[in-house]
Amino acid sequence: MPQEGSEQQRLLQTNAVSEIKAEQLVRDNSGWMLLLAKRLLGDQSLAEDAVQDAFLDAFRALDTFEGRSSLKTWLHRITVNASLTKLRQLKRLAEQPLDEYLPEFDQYGCRSEAPWRHIARVEDVLENKQLRTLVHASINALPDAYRIVLLLRDIEGYDTSEVSKLLDVSESNVKVRLHRARAALKKLLEPIFRGEVD
Amino acid sequence: MNQSNRGIWRWLKGFMLKHVHGMITCKEFEDFVLRYCDNELTERQRSLFERHLSFCRECREYLVAYQRTMEVSREVFLSSDDLVPDDVPKDLIKAILKAREQ
Repeated sequence: MPQEGSEQQRLLQTNAVSEIKAEQLVRDNSGWMLLLAKRLLGDQSLAEDAVQDAFLDAFRALDTFEGRSSLKTWLHRITVNASLTKLRQLKRLAEQPLDEYLPEFDQYGCRSEAPWRHIARVEDVLENKQLRTLVHASINALPDAYRIVLLLRDIEGYDTSEVSKLLDVSESNVKVRLHRARAALKKLLEPIFRGEVD
Repeated sequence: MNQSNRGIWRWLKGFMLKHVHGMITCKEFEDFVLRYCDNELTERQRSLFERHLSFCRECREYLVAYQRTMEVSREVFLSSDDLVPDDVPKDLIKAILKAREQ
């Protein structure tokens, strides 16, 4: 989770935000909040709506902000919640089958995994713009119920308990979804890892 | 290894993993992968997991690719953090501030 102390945080704790301070708060934070919402929602227009909702929620809840977390951490969670609300409204969080991407086992219960003669290094992927784009596209290809868990746990740094609360599902369900999301993503990324994509 | 020998080997491997004391099957290994990566296995589970790893080429390579997937997805997103837009749509900022007044 992001940790960042700031002058804004101290100002907000006075519970008296002037117009100028409010505008500065929006200007300083709307960029990263928009990027976060776009990651979660996969759509610029929906992300802008979610950021607007998030700021309104934040302004409404200023009285309850006790400064126990940093302002950025607080706004981060509010943005995630606003984005998840959008996904719920669009009924995009229902679990969908992922069977075709999950690990395969033969009739004797042994894993079927084609031999790996080569696996790309992380640096190989990071240095190649086309491969980075493909990684983004592969993550976006996952059904939302799995993609969101992967983003929250592996990218945004929330722990299992926090994700469970944000999504209102059990911790064991979060773990199952996360493992399936990673396993499915591994399969989607195999052409990159095996060097079959230039 | 020809097709027939491969079939016999896989049958033998499946039989051993299922019946030899102290071994786990590839499917049981699969159930442990997440907790292994999160360092949540008990000592005994970890021992079973690592014994399976030393025996099974497929699961060994699977785990490397699984962990590489985690690393790559994280690093690709972290490296895009510098893509935070400098020019947030002015209309969005106006809309937020206007909605706050209402």
